[in-house]
Amino acid sequence: MEFTPIIGLEVHVQLLTKSKLFCGCPNLFNPDNPNVQTCPVCIGLPGSLPVMNQEALRLSQKTAMALNLNLANFTKWDRKQYYYPDLPKAYQISQFDLPFSYDGWVEVTLPSSGETTKVRLIRAHLEEDAGKNMHDESGRGGDSKVDLNRTGTPLLEIVSEPDIRSAEEARVFLEELRLLLRYIEVSDCNMQEGSMRCDANVNLHVHEDGEKIPTPIVEVKNLNSFRGVEAAIEHEIKRQIKAWETDRKRIGDVPKETRGWDADRGQTFGQRGKEDAADYRYFPDPDLVPVTTTDEQFDAIRATLCVFPADRRNSYVSDLGLSDYDASVIVDQGREYADYFDEVTSVCGDGKQAANWLTQDVQRELNDRKIEIAEFSILASVLGTVLQKIVKGEITIKSGRAVFTELLAQSDDGSDVTANSVDTIIADKGLGKVQDTGKIDIAIQAVIGNERNAKAVEDVRGGKQQAVGPLIGQVMRELKGADAGSVRQMIIDKLTS
Amino acid sequence: MDITGSTTGQLLDAMQNGTVSAVEVTQAYLNEISAHGETVGAFLSVDSEGSLTQAAEVDRKRSSGESLGKLAGLPVAVKDNICTKGLATTCASRMLENFVPPYDAHVTTQLQNADAIIIGKANLDEFAMGSSTENSALQVTRNPWNIDHAPGGSSGGSAAAVGARLASMGIGSDTGGSIRQPASFCGVVGMKPTYGRVSRYGLVAFASSLDQIGPFATDVTGTARLLESIAGYDVRDSTSVDRPVPGYSATVEQPLENLRVGVVSEFFGEGIDSDVDASIRAAIDVYRSLGAEVSEVSLPHTRYAVATYYLIACSEASSNLARYDGVHYGRRAEQFENMIDMYAASRAEGFGAEVKRRIMLGVFALSEGYSDQYYLKGLKVRRLIRNDFDAAFENVDVLAGPTCPTPAFKIGELVDDPLQMYLSDICTISANLAGIPGVSVPAGFSSNGLPIGLQLLAGPFEEEKLLRAARMFERETVWHTKRPSFS
Amino acid sequence: MLSPEDVQKVATLARLKLSEEELEQIGHQLGEILDYVAVLDEVDVSEVEPMAHVADVFNAFRADETRVSLPREESLSNAPKTDGKYFLVPQILENA
Ligand SMILES: [Mg+2]
Ligand SMILES: [Zn+2]
Repeated sequence: MEFTPIIGLEVHVQLLTKSKLFCGCPNLFNPDNPNVQTCPVCIGLPGSLPVMNQEALRLSQKTAMALNLNLANFTKWDRKQYYYPDLPKAYQISQFDLPFSYDGWVEVTLPSSGETTKVRLIRAHLEEDAGKNMHDESGRGGDSKVDLNRTGTPLLEIVSEPDIRSAEEARVFLEELRLLLRYIEVSDCNMQEGSMRCDANVNLHVHEDGEKIPTPIVEVKNLNSFRGVEAAIEHEIKRQIKAWETDRKRIGDVPKETRGWDADRGQTFGQRGKEDAADYRYFPDPDLVPVTTTDEQFDAIRATLCVFPADRRNSYVSDLGLSDYDASVIVDQGREYADYFDEVTSVCGDGKQAANWLTQDVQRELNDRKIEIAEFSILASVLGTVLQKIVKGEITIKSGRAVFTELLAQSDDGSDVTANSVDTIIADKGLGKVQDTGKIDIAIQAVIGNERNAKAVEDVRGGKQQAVGPLIGQVMRELKGADAGSVRQMIIDKLTS
Repeated sequence: MDITGSTTGQLLDAMQNGTVSAVEVTQAYLNEISAHGETVGAFLSVDSEGSLTQAAEVDRKRSSGESLGKLAGLPVAVKDNICTKGLATTCASRMLENFVPPYDAHVTTQLQNADAIIIGKANLDEFAMGSSTENSALQVTRNPWNIDHAPGGSSGGSAAAVGARLASMGIGSDTGGSIRQPASFCGVVGMKPTYGRVSRYGLVAFASSLDQIGPFATDVTGTARLLESIAGYDVRDSTSVDRPVPGYSATVEQPLENLRVGVVSEFFGEGIDSDVDASIRAAIDVYRSLGAEVSEVSLPHTRYAVATYYLIACSEASSNLARYDGVHYGRRAEQFENMIDMYAASRAEGFGAEVKRRIMLGVFALSEGYSDQYYLKGLKVRRLIRNDFDAAFENVDVLAGPTCPTPAFKIGELVDDPLQMYLSDICTISANLAGIPGVSVPAGFSSNGLPIGLQLLAGPFEEEKLLRAARMFERETVWHTKRPSFS
Repeated sequence: MLSPEDVQKVATLARLKLSEEELEQIGHQLGEILDYVAVLDEVDVSEVEPMAHVADVFNAFRADETRVSLPREESLSNAPKTDGKYFLVPQILENA
């Protein structure tokens, strides 16, 4: 049987504002202290009215720019009506026919094939989040609990076209989305805490006798980890293949099904269908006025944007000569990591050198210490200074490592390490490359003239180049920071010319 | 001094002169409430203790020379759909019978800042849905001019309280005539300001795009004084308009020169009571006698106003009232099978027949497959109605006509005929759809002794002009000085 | 005219538990009102923009600043049932 999986995602992302979307309650994840971030507006008390948080709109528009979405100069608010205990007004303030943005795309590269594709976006709109219901787990049918701390948190809903063709692509799309939103600092996209949530619409196009037959669409709800998204879609594709083989149902034969994901059992499961199809009865919210944004205002927001991850990867490859792999490793660690890299590169002037150090020495320390780049005690400017000395040939890579180790040791002891510390360490430990050939000459003469080395000197003269090693070692011990390569050449020149 | 027979201006002067104290004023009204309150049924709750405390505070401020607000010591009846922190706010519904808001409406705060005395919360049609106050689930309110008749509605409690002189002023809300129509029925002045002129923050919503809070008083000057104290921009209401509030009471005595009055032909159509017709025509003659230029004006889409209004108002109401589901506040049914059933049972118990009817109409008008035909069509006709007014105000300063085609009907007369009841709002509804201000002033009595109201309408934010035009008429007539026999 | 099924469907959407009698009465009254509303069929609105807001107000914003929330006991003070921390509702049937 030949088939193509057809997958579209709906992603909900909480915005990083200080206050909620329509009231001044704090926007904080606070599950342990229920119903303390609530007020007449977000409890939906009779008579209360919403007033829009301007920053939520700004962050949304910024996001739309990063997602290549078109921005609307005119947008408005609508009420979406349904009943649930975590939705106190029994309607959600959302956007229906005139969202603030539409028609965009995200580029994703699949690790398995290296192939790059564009996933198109239908729209992104802004809405308020609901609260949280907690069900009685005892099975005795006890009351459910409702916490409204989250009610009214600004939420961005991003809807993709069904352009995704595999579970892997869905995961990579989400990862790229998270990276992008974190880069532009609009959301922390923490799936565990629910600041990023995903629903997947999945069906198959079965290819049979030259015909393309779409199977019924299934919506898998509330996926709350990247692995979950991938596994649930994978499972759903397999399940749908089996279903097609047994019932041969096509799209339209049955109403759209909603399924949940049981991560423990690795299965999607049918949720009891609603007796009545939803009828959200959208209409413009009379309590909120429309919003207009001029192109000049859009330009002002655009001017605050950072370089996006995809552009950054490209420029690392083409401008700095990094490999695709290294460029991705650096960019995918997040904006602070890439910013650190950029600063090291700009101080030392060599992207490749910076990339080597970051992906090896620095990364090893971060892993060992289980910290993020932001917590790393050697600032980018300091590491850049060390690497600059290597690049200029003032110290060897080996000496650079020694300086790096010493910087870490000093900061572990509680001192602040600066670019000046680098010079001090080099001076104190005599790690500077000895540039004075006269000095080196004297040292070589002394070693060659030493009785103990008579045999080695003879061997080198006789053409046994490997005998030069111990001689280099002695010279180097005498002159910390001399370049081993030049010392070797000078000894050979002296003995064989 | 006849305290409760005085106007707000007379009371303010007397308190200023030291003739009476604020406590004496409040006590006089409380005495009237004790004597006639039960007959009229205007109040759902009376805050005797709190109002005397407030009055004593006003007296203290006055004697210590502290600055006082514009309404210092004036008792006001506040419609019970306006939130008062710590005081029950029931909307005359079983649903909110025990609801005590943890916050004040903007208007409540404004009244307190003006040192007014909130003497009690006034009855209304449940959630302000109705034209007679008969839809109150909690109490019957009677017309002070004839207790067999309805006070009008939905702000019937506030209008009856002022009409019966149980309060010096009243606060109501007007969604389709709910201030002007009861003002007309109870023989007092009532005004609906321009949409956005007074903050709706803390007004329990019926139809958000139509609701507007406004004042009642026994005369135009009192109305102007109360309006200027409650009007103004409020950041908590996104639909409130940020423009300065003129000092209405300072200019209200100035007659308008070259006043052009448009008489709305459609307001004198089929169904108009002959006494009403005669009184309003006489009122228009008063303007003629004052030198105003009077002309006939047509608002051609008036015929569609009631239908348009019910589609829009009920659609919004069905959404605004969805929140009463027995979860976070309000009534919860005792018997139910599961959560869904709890919602439906609580709402069935908590809402009265008219509220249910309007919610049903609104849900239907917004539902899939019907919303274009009903809700959206309503929004489009609404624009045509507004366009009629814009065109009319190019040629006239104010529009005039009856507030209601009939004087107060009998209690029980129309309750079984909702459509007929809706049609009694024919003259008031258009102003809400268009968002313009309107005022009803006493303009005569029917042969059986019931008050008749003259309605004046003006363009958006022309409250000052409207009040001055109303005062021009009032000054020439005695209707506003008449009092119901027992008061 | 609305069928009894239509009326029941609306009542379900409206979350109103109506008796047979009420369904019939409201159905009848809705029918009358809809007949009356049909007067709007006379109006040609093909060129008319809907008017959801009557005032020309745009961009009513609030700065992103936090304000003091209500104390929990006040937030819960009007709730029919609580445990002092949460609003309590009868067991929610998933997706019901
Ligand atoms: Mg959504
Ligand atoms: Zn809040």
